[in-house]
Amino acid sequence: YFDSLRICLSTGGCPFVHEVRKDEDICSPILRKLFNESHHIFVGLQGIRDDLPSKNKKTQFVSISKNYRSVIRACMEELQQVAGKVEGKSDGRISPVFFLQVSILLAVELIWNLCEVLFIDAAPAGSLLLHLLDWVRLHKADVDEKARDVLQSESPTEHQAYWDVVGVNTLTLTEFDVKWRHWHEEVDRCLQDQSFASNPHLEVICKILVGDEDVLLEHKELLSTWYHFLVTRLLFSHPIVKPTELHYYAQSSMHMFLDTRSVPEPLDSILLAAFEFDIHQVIKDCSIALNNWWFVAHLTDLMDHCKLLQSHNLHFGSNLREFLLLEYASGLFTHHSLWQLAVDYFDHCPEFGRVYLELQIERVPLDTERKALKVLRICEQRQMTEQVRSICKIMAKGALRNNRLGSALSWSIRAKDAAFATLISERFLQDYCANGAFSDLDLIDNLGSAMLLSDRLTFLGKYREFHRLYGEKCFSDAAKLLLSLMTAKIAPRTFWMTLLTDALPLLEQKEVIFSADQTHELMFCLEDLTSGNCLPKPDRWFPFLFQDEDIDTTKIEILRLALARNLAKAIVKEGTVEV
Amino acid sequence: MFVARSIAADHKDLIHDVSYDFHGRRMATCSSDQSVKVWDKSESGEWHCTASWKTHSGSVWRVTWAHPEFGQVLASCSFDRTAAVWEEIVGESNDKQRGQSHWIKRTTLVDSRTSVTDVKFAPKYMGLMLTTCSADGVVRIYEAPDVMNLSQWSLQHEISGKLSCSCISWNPSSSRAHPPMIAVGSDDSNVTYGGKVQIYEYNENTRKYAKAETLMTVTDAVHDIAFAPNLGRSFHVLAIATKDVRIFKLVPLRKESSSTGPTKLEVQILAQFDNHNSQVWRVSWNITSTLLASSGDDGCVRLWKANYMDNWKCTGILKGDGSPVNGSSGQPSAMNTVVGSAVQASQNALNGSAAGRYFFPALDPPRAGSRFGQLLPPSTLIEHCDAQSAQTAPPVHPAPPGPVITLPSVPAKTVHHL
Repeated sequence: YFDSLRICLSTGGCPFVHEVRKDEDICSPILRKLFNESHHIFVGLQGIRDDLPSKNKKTQFVSISKNYRSVIRACMEELQQVAGKVEGKSDGRISPVFFLQVSILLAVELIWNLCEVLFIDAAPAGSLLLHLLDWVRLHKADVDEKARDVLQSESPTEHQAYWDVVGVNTLTLTEFDVKWRHWHEEVDRCLQDQSFASNPHLEVICKILVGDEDVLLEHKELLSTWYHFLVTRLLFSHPIVKPTELHYYAQSSMHMFLDTRSVPEPLDSILLAAFEFDIHQVIKDCSIALNNWWFVAHLTDLMDHCKLLQSHNLHFGSNLREFLLLEYASGLFTHHSLWQLAVDYFDHCPEFGRVYLELQIERVPLDTERKALKVLRICEQRQMTEQVRSICKIMAKGALRNNRLGSALSWSIRAKDAAFATLISERFLQDYCANGAFSDLDLIDNLGSAMLLSDRLTFLGKYREFHRLYGEKCFSDAAKLLLSLMTAKIAPRTFWMTLLTDALPLLEQKEVIFSADQTHELMFCLEDLTSGNCLPKPDRWFPFLFQDEDIDTTKIEILRLALARNLAKAIVKEGTVEV
Repeated sequence: MFVARSIAADHKDLIHDVSYDFHGRRMATCSSDQSVKVWDKSESGEWHCTASWKTHSGSVWRVTWAHPEFGQVLASCSFDRTAAVWEEIVGESNDKQRGQSHWIKRTTLVDSRTSVTDVKFAPKYMGLMLTTCSADGVVRIYEAPDVMNLSQWSLQHEISGKLSCSCISWNPSSSRAHPPMIAVGSDDSNVTYGGKVQIYEYNENTRKYAKAETLMTVTDAVHDIAFAPNLGRSFHVLAIATKDVRIFKLVPLRKESSSTGPTKLEVQILAQFDNHNSQVWRVSWNITSTLLASSGDDGCVRLWKANYMDNWKCTGILKGDGSPVNGSSGQPSAMNTVVGSAVQASQNALNGSAAGRYFFPALDPPRAGSRFGQLLPPSTLIEHCDAQSAQTAPPVHPAPPGPVITLPSVPAKTVHHL
């Protein structure tokens, strides 16, 4: 139904590249509803508890089956409505696409309904025929508009009269059988006696009532399909047909009804297989005939829940139900919004659902942050840690490429990627050195415990905190922090010069901020930094720090002077006794 | 219905490779015109060329994308005996407005003495590693130890074989049970050395790659090779494009504790198809290894799928409309179909059947402008439950009689046709 296959190919002879993909056709918006609603039913079905008594389960399964069918009908009706509108607008022809889609859904519902009657509801002899009658009546009305009027005049009265005559509602099966045979013999005798000879129309009706096949076949155009013929035949000749006998009547009905030359249509084979209670054949034939996995996947899943499928090991040990669900869900995954439905299907495929999901979800294009977060949430809920890490890394890398450092940093933190977080922190610091200001302050200020992911990130956070304290004029706190960045070795040595330079304004305040001890420590740091062997080599991150020897020497001298002066002031301050 | 969109690639010569990126939103093409083009897919589904530049001084044979975790990175290889690594840099804002981006060369790998015929990145769990293979039979494995610095690559391994190499494929499995494994195909016409596919495996102890297996049954020239995604299986699946399409199953045999050599592999053939009835040039897996696409000199792309009983069948055929190329020689359009990394090849909706008269009117004729006709009906995908178990390979289809598509004789440079 949608863009599920894309192949790119180029022809050697001509410089064209061809992209072949499944066309998203005009039915898609309506079909989307089908997928959404059936997904809802599917999830509900998976939740049915195994320990319920089988009688209750059967009722639930039948109800779920009816839900699926009503969704199909709703979809069909909407398509017909839209087709009607289109028909009105254009030259009167219904778009073949709509026609096709409606006819597919008609067939799907027909088959599903029959499967519900035969397999899920598993109607026994007696009520079986009633269900089949309903089935035929329901679909007869859809398929054959022409015969409808005729039918309406004939069948209901026939049936009504018929049941009234036999009075089925009050009898048990055996009682019914006896009574029915008795009645049948009577009508037969009347026909033999030519009692109705005067009224040919009545005679025909009576012949029909006794299930005279030749007469029935004469009215083929009223029974537009062989299965209508089948049910009618059963109604009048074998009303308490047993499920196990159905296939015989079905086969013979089909042969009697169809032209001997015509080949059965796929639908015919499917229905025949159903009458033969060959579930696997039904599924197989449906998979071939219908161009979608939706139907077979959902129907098979339901039948599996009803414990109707024998398990056949696939080569990974999976079974038919899972195979079909995986196929269906994989197809959903390529759709830009329906892929989220697919997740639930994979969740309920115990063997391969998880690995399929892992492989498919990491390919979802991360067009927007919102989409990426959606994908991430799904992965996180399922502890797909590798996919989480990978997606966050891809987002971080993309953000970094576009110089969105804040975004890159937050994605790295989410990915728990310490190395990348370090890299981005370095970039932040680089930017600071170049521009004298930080970007993305909000993010850095609110790192919280994420700060601990990498040393460089911790430094970035703490360094920014220093600037904040300074800006808020909490000078002594700022001073303490600044010092600790060096003494606790949080700051990389390559950055110490910058830190010491940052200390200058604090040293040159009129008020003493750094204590004598603190000043000593600062001096120690400076000497440590500048003593011959330990002068940090220019590294790739801060090459410009050591470009000009003169400036460095000057700066060092300035620092030494400032430190000395501060020390003097501090000693005096600390030594002074307030009188 | 399927629809084909033609993209006027604007290459001035034959296109040798098409490659989707990881997410299927970008595409790279390379050509004998020595250039690589990068295409981006817009929201409306249109492809726009966002970069086009000269990459080599000879035909560019292959182009491939690195995993997006490493950024926007491409590698190309060429007849000019080199392989190159390219990185996209975000350009000026006016470039962005014009929808153009810039790719700069990060490194050139010049170790090869002959045409470099394939270049592939190793699976991402191995780090940033690049592999090349050359016409002189040497496979080289390079690593960028610092993933942030794409200009530094060191040659880690050199594997010399006796046969000229045409293609390589890494086993994508990241399972601890599987050491890194690479398959190398050869298009050498030499018949002395039988098997044209070699499988090498990394040995943790010797820290080297050693040959684990030669596929002796593959004796014809191999044009393409592809490991299937792993799905947590214990065995490996390998597709080969040679005179036909072959799918092998490689089962690692249990190693004795004393054994220090490479894992012994049991080789089984899962499927063999000669439907192309001509040389098969490319094979490409979908994401979940459930669909294989192959392209051949019959101008068709065929799709292969295993049913739930593990029998492989053709599930679709894409045909060109067969109109001849407007070339001076007026020869038949020998379509060298190149199947790009069929990332998006998913399973759905491929089992439509034209036989279902009840549901389908006759399949629509090709839409105007589309170069592809019908998607021909697939065969049964779901076996009856009584069918034989999976492992027997389906019978090889007898080659139908009739003229084989003759290839135009081409000069040596564009030797890819052969």
